[in-house]
Amino acid sequence: MIGLPQLYLVAGAMFAAFAVRGLSDRSNPRRVGTAAFWTLIAVNFLVGERLGDVGNGVIVLALAALAGTGQLGQGSAVVEASFRVAAAARHGNRLFAAALIVPAAALGGTLLLPATGWVDPKQVTLVALAGGVVLALAVCLVWLRPRLNEPLDAGRALLDAVGWAAILPQALAALGAIFVLAGVGRVVGDGIGHILPHGDRFAAVAAYTVGMAGLTMLLGNAYAAFPVMTAGVALPLLVGRFGGDPAPIAAIGMLSGFCGTLCTPMAANYNLVPVALLGLDDRYAVIKAQVGTALPLLIFNTLLMNWVAFA
Amino acid sequence: MLVIAAFGIIVAGFALRLNPLAVVVLAGLVTGIAAGMAPLAVVAALGKAFTASRFVSVIWLVVPVIGLLECHGLQERARRMIAAVDAATPGRLLAVYLVFRQATAALGLIAIAGQAQTVRPLVVPMAEATAERTRPLSHKTRQRLRAMAAATDNIGVFFAEDIFLAVASILLIKGFLEANGIVVTAFAVSAWAIPTAIAALLVHGARLWRFDRGLAHAPA
Repeated sequence: MIGLPQLYLVAGAMFAAFAVRGLSDRSNPRRVGTAAFWTLIAVNFLVGERLGDVGNGVIVLALAALAGTGQLGQGSAVVEASFRVAAAARHGNRLFAAALIVPAAALGGTLLLPATGWVDPKQVTLVALAGGVVLALAVCLVWLRPRLNEPLDAGRALLDAVGWAAILPQALAALGAIFVLAGVGRVVGDGIGHILPHGDRFAAVAAYTVGMAGLTMLLGNAYAAFPVMTAGVALPLLVGRFGGDPAPIAAIGMLSGFCGTLCTPMAANYNLVPVALLGLDDRYAVIKAQVGTALPLLIFNTLLMNWVAFA
Repeated sequence: MLVIAAFGIIVAGFALRLNPLAVVVLAGLVTGIAAGMAPLAVVAALGKAFTASRFVSVIWLVVPVIGLLECHGLQERARRMIAAVDAATPGRLLAVYLVFRQATAALGLIAIAGQAQTVRPLVVPMAEATAERTRPLSHKTRQRLRAMAAATDNIGVFFAEDIFLAVASILLIKGFLEANGIVVTAFAVSAWAIPTAIAALLVHGARLWRFDRGLAHAPA
């Protein structure tokens, strides 16, 4: 059965290949540090199970040290702009067809693969996505006839542009685990429960929605904030004291958390990865573009909950 | 004390624009030690959770395909195709993308598009091409347009994915309420995601419309 272990081997092999190719890229002034970074990630993917927790922890520390001391860089462009314009004219709209292979495979695989029993049912989409990558590469190799290491170099250039942000979501998941072990959420939930004014329903609703957004901003993840705020504020006050309907309270509470996700650098995969992918100067440019939508929606969610949950 | 240790480092680190990866790992170490864990146990816990979360990084498998197609003119082709559509403006294009992202996310199809898969290779070049039809883009305006494209992708997914019954957050809500003795159907929860999805479409759609008007009046 194909599942995460196989995907980790494929991804680990890709990171290792990036490291090896990158080491000989003389256009990258920091090629040694960059190669070391992707080598460590490759090791974590390929043999993470056998390294033990402390071994993997040392990898995390080393990755943070490489990124924190500015050891990562990137090379110059892979191909000239004039070549790309000429290629675009030559290949035409078939380029879109090739680009759609991966999403189409992810969609088709999600719908069809569970019935076959070949794939871990919890990881169907990721397995289908990886299958789509293999299929798209095969089609491109036959159609575009690139040099064999061209996909590797092009992929490496893209990932080097993203740099340390590529694994920040994984590091944030590790931080979340420490927060759980240390009981950070419980401390916050108890604190908010104590400072709330008694008897004012709207204040309690606003404390829950704004608290969901705020705690999500600190934790980087609405899923981590939800149990804390719901157990600390929503269940005892909104449901217990004011007799609210738990289904809309919980649903709108989660969506209030998503308003916070839009406003925090801790939600790295949404807010910091695109900054790197799109070459933006301001690290917080995407967050600034989102605040204008997130704040009105947080107000909307607060009013909506106050209106519909206590009918 | 614990909370101050945890969040103080994060807020200070991001405010001072230190490297986020280093800030996050340092915050993990300090929080664990402040909570009374042995330093080696904190390192082990970090390593264990980091390794258990590798699935979030599997998405990078797409970069060889996107990179190869970009080298062979995918972005340039996207520019040329949209340039032939007279009615297209950056705001309208992003509004169409917003509707597409909301509609597919509501059906549970979240991974079919995204920042690496669609925003960088397709949406941004198209949006820039429509803006450049009337006049050249200044560096500042180009940066704002790109940030808006990334924001539109996030907003489209966030406020529509909960309409789908089997998405992780709906299952989390249902499971959490059940653990607290409250039984709800997934449908009862997901139906309450619809009003906010509509509000997101209206609010962000209005902002995209204003973005177009701002472009028309911006200094070149």
